[in-house]
Amino acid sequence: MDMVNLKINGQAVTVPAGYTILEAAREAGIDIPTLCYLKDASQTGSCRMCVVEIVGARALQAACVYPVAEGIEVLTHSPKVKQARKSTLELLLSNHDRSCLTCVRNKNCELQTLSEELGVSEIPFQGEMIKREIDDLSPSIVRNNNKCVLCRRCVNVCKNVQTVGAIDVTERGFKSQIASPFNMPLSDSNCVNCGQCIAACPTGALTEKDNTADVFDAIADPEKYVIVQTAPAVRAALGEEFGYEIGTPVTGKMAAALRRLGFDRVFDTDTGADITIMEEGTELIERIKNGGKLPLITSCSPGWIKFCEHSFPDFLDNLSSCKSPHQMFGAVLKSYYAKKHNLDPKKMFVVSVMPCVAKKFESQREEMEHEHLRDVDCVISTRELAKMIRQSGINFKSLPDEKFDIPFEEATGAGVIFGATGGVMEAALRTVADVLENKNIDKLEYHEVRGTEGIKEATVNIAGKDIRVAVAHGLGNARKLLDSIRSGEKQYEFIEIMACPGGCVTGGGQPIVNAKTYMEHDLKAERAKALYSEDERAAIRKSHENPDIVLLYKEFFGEPGSHLAHELLHTHYTARNRYTK
Amino acid sequence: MYRGHVLCCGGTGCTSSGSEAIINEMEAQLKANGLENEIKVIKTGCFGLCALGPIMVVYPEGAFYSRVKVEDVKEIVEEHLLKGRIVTRLLYQETVEDDGIKSLNEVDFYKKQHRVALRNCGVIDPENIDEYIEADGYKALGKVLTEMTREEVIDEVTKSGLRGRGGGGFPTGLKWKFAYNAKGDKKFVACNADEGDPGAFMDRSILEGDPHSVIEAMAIAAYAVGADQGYIYIRAEYPIAVKRLEIAIGQARAYGLLGKNIFGTDFSFDLELRLGAGAFVCGEETALMTSIEGKRGEPRPRPPFPANQGLWAKPTLLNNVETYANITQIINNGAEWFSSIGTEKSKGTKVFALGGKINNTGLVEIPMGTTLREIIEEIGGGIPDGKKFKAAQTGGPSGGCIPAALMDTPIDYDSLIQIGSMMGSGGLIVMDEDNCMVDIAKFFLEFTVDESCGKCAPCRIGTKRLLEILTKITDGKGTMEDIDRLEELAYTIKNSSLCGLGQTAPNPVLSTLRYFRDEYIAHVKDKTCPAGVCKALSRYVINREKCKGCSLCSRQCPVGAISGKIKEPFVIDSDKCIKCGACMEACKFGAIYKK
Repeated sequence: MDMVNLKINGQAVTVPAGYTILEAAREAGIDIPTLCYLKDASQTGSCRMCVVEIVGARALQAACVYPVAEGIEVLTHSPKVKQARKSTLELLLSNHDRSCLTCVRNKNCELQTLSEELGVSEIPFQGEMIKREIDDLSPSIVRNNNKCVLCRRCVNVCKNVQTVGAIDVTERGFKSQIASPFNMPLSDSNCVNCGQCIAACPTGALTEKDNTADVFDAIADPEKYVIVQTAPAVRAALGEEFGYEIGTPVTGKMAAALRRLGFDRVFDTDTGADITIMEEGTELIERIKNGGKLPLITSCSPGWIKFCEHSFPDFLDNLSSCKSPHQMFGAVLKSYYAKKHNLDPKKMFVVSVMPCVAKKFESQREEMEHEHLRDVDCVISTRELAKMIRQSGINFKSLPDEKFDIPFEEATGAGVIFGATGGVMEAALRTVADVLENKNIDKLEYHEVRGTEGIKEATVNIAGKDIRVAVAHGLGNARKLLDSIRSGEKQYEFIEIMACPGGCVTGGGQPIVNAKTYMEHDLKAERAKALYSEDERAAIRKSHENPDIVLLYKEFFGEPGSHLAHELLHTHYTARNRYTK
Repeated sequence: MYRGHVLCCGGTGCTSSGSEAIINEMEAQLKANGLENEIKVIKTGCFGLCALGPIMVVYPEGAFYSRVKVEDVKEIVEEHLLKGRIVTRLLYQETVEDDGIKSLNEVDFYKKQHRVALRNCGVIDPENIDEYIEADGYKALGKVLTEMTREEVIDEVTKSGLRGRGGGGFPTGLKWKFAYNAKGDKKFVACNADEGDPGAFMDRSILEGDPHSVIEAMAIAAYAVGADQGYIYIRAEYPIAVKRLEIAIGQARAYGLLGKNIFGTDFSFDLELRLGAGAFVCGEETALMTSIEGKRGEPRPRPPFPANQGLWAKPTLLNNVETYANITQIINNGAEWFSSIGTEKSKGTKVFALGGKINNTGLVEIPMGTTLREIIEEIGGGIPDGKKFKAAQTGGPSGGCIPAALMDTPIDYDSLIQIGSMMGSGGLIVMDEDNCMVDIAKFFLEFTVDESCGKCAPCRIGTKRLLEILTKITDGKGTMEDIDRLEELAYTIKNSSLCGLGQTAPNPVLSTLRYFRDEYIAHVKDKTCPAGVCKALSRYVINREKCKGCSLCSRQCPVGAISGKIKEPFVIDSDKCIKCGACMEACKFGAIYKK
């Protein structure tokens, strides 16, 4: 590797060629403030918070994009630099809705932190602020441009990482704003609701649609029987909201907290995941056996589904007809469970806690109901759950570890790993292999589909047949993968696609991590580790071996893919326009 | 063979004052008088003296007719072309002598000019490639392709000392060398014709008057750096230039001067136009290339520099129109000839667009090192109405104001930077005693606020806040702290902005603060505008001695602010007055004045 020698604040530093000054400074133990920079997603050098002095250069340079060069001398905190940063920040603040106290990002805002770190004590500039209308028509995402600092992290994620392009800059200069095509509400655009823009936003300009009040109201309503289910990825990140290290699973404390919030029943969406494997696995086997449309592509990720409907309508028949796990589970709760426990499904209120904001949109799709009963009544994100816990005076860290309610108390390890990229694929392979080989296969772990590589491929030999599989996470990777299939370059039998880079563990509804933490941690891998470790510890690691599932099919559905299963657990899709809903 | 030629300007300036109709009338009149085979009408590019347009020059006499009207054409044909009697009343008066007419080269406006980039403008028909070839066109390209190596071409350009004419002044030869050295399977050359400085129109005039000079130079550049494809990025608001470029490119292709195997060599090169929508920022090189790529025209950080990663991340050489217009002359006449013109560090000539309070508004090309005084007083013919010169603004919104005390500074890249301005693309706006310098700074800031792309925070918000502070001062509400804040903010924007637009946007403020700080202080402390421009600070007063009490002013006043008894002095109520000035205009006795 070519190495480059430079001096930062007088200190000699040697780093690989291609490093930016920001990266080199980090290695030298020097933090340079940033705002528009987001590792792997946004490097535009536009906010000018990271400017540094390069001795001999005329203007200050943005450290996040300036490549190191042999022999340069960099000053990261000279008086000129500090003055420029502070002044620029004061300008940003002069055009920012500074209602921090009532902001959802209070105490978790990069702008606020910068203001403290750079010692801003007053805003010397008074002037025009353009009042922007808040777009809260989307069921998933709220855009408040009054809090936008035009760092474009959201745009870069949406356009370059996800290749969706539902938002971009319109107008110019001081009038610039982030908007959707033709300035439509986001809900009318090609936004897929993945919420990666929220995860990227340093301020409160992009937030999830808050549904906590609906949940509190339902719990307080004595008429309602309120059931909560939590997705696998939630346990891998919820702890971060309460001071745990990244990657600490908090399954037991989460169950305890939910019970204390007053939910009547606390269930695990992992069970829904196990049902999904039964249905989707069967679908795969049938398509392979009967010459059905291949590759089969997973349908757990509602962001991916909407993306496919907008941008790859020619692949709609490849999509599995399975609803996503929480929708399946909701449908099961309002039918099988209600019947078994003599509950009036009309009075049941199913809440899903998801690492995802697209699930909010998904749960409101008209297909997601059976006999006028919504499968799921309300979806809240991991962040909203944390908020509810805090608002209810529950001391999370001191909670005991509790279990989920019976039945469905123990889901399988296969269900847990749904939350990481490659997890659905691995869980499906565990079951499909057993079914096709018609025996209990020892192989449990498929490491070739694990990890954070954008597109993963493997060929798995099952019952003498090669099954070619691929896993893509992040819609940019999905686009690449599908383009390679469209062009005929690649062929597969089975594909897993997750809308969010990293899968659900880094979903748009997960705790927000600031840009600095992104530089220091491999968030995707560390959170995924929490799930894989839970899988390792699980007593049962194959979905079809889950006794609750066996019972469910015996008592209710008959067999996977049965008529009743189709009525309750499967759905269909609609082709959409490229830029509008 | 024709016995006479009528050259009529078809540039944008003269076209907008009706030269098209004049040309049509001339052709009709020639036909009516049976002269169509004796006299040839040629629609040329700009003559430079736009203040006197539409311009028509008749050869062989060299009669320079100015402000010609359609009705005058008949007389010119019947008197001059038929009977050989020059129509003196229509002549540019400077050319009139007792015993005939002066050659244009002896006229003050042209005397000190040295037309290199503009050599063919106003001389040839830009829509006819043969006329360009007759004027040594494509000779340089032929020479380069058949007699010179790529390295020799770059050497020649380097030795000439030519520097970028778009404003930055970067050594052109060095730029070519960077692009030559850059590794890449595909390279591009591009031409920046996104001229955007208010009042600057030299690039437009070159493209309208001599499009082939740019095409030929781009082919030479492509050969030198190893490119085979070129783009000219030109603003769509230049329809005549676009049309002539399209014609020129078509003709060059037809003659095999663009396309495959030019001059029988294995060098191939072709060109395409890209029309810009008129954003000022697209004149910045990275924004220009982003726009050519079809994206929102916004700058991106450098490095990587375009020479290494330009269009579609391929090595790209980008030069400005006027820079290219010098290239063929350097190849034909040699680097030594070129470097003999100009100053030590700025070689050759520079085209300036004279505007504002000056008699000869128009386009002039002068050797580097000419003083501001020579340009304004001699070439420009001085300030109208005997007013006093106050400052000259060069470099457009990125430049600064030069005060009267520095009028004898020889103009080149470095001297202008030193006195707080810059060459820019060559706009030169003259201001007299009636201009308020705070107001001028405000004018330019209004422009940059409008044209900021909004990508980086210092420029997007900073220029807006600068303008707000300036407005506060011109409204008479400023404080001394505002002046300090203005200066501090100006430096923040200058130091921290992403691209040249932001980095230079505060220059009009900084240079007026440097030379005219007392005017700022007068606005803040004394609440007066010394030039009487800032409305909020001016007051209309009636001179009791002069007022006859006719009541005309009070009848003109739209807000009823003037009252009085007939035949006695009237009075203006300052609280009601909106300072529209209607009363002052109406008064027949000069009794109303602005304080």
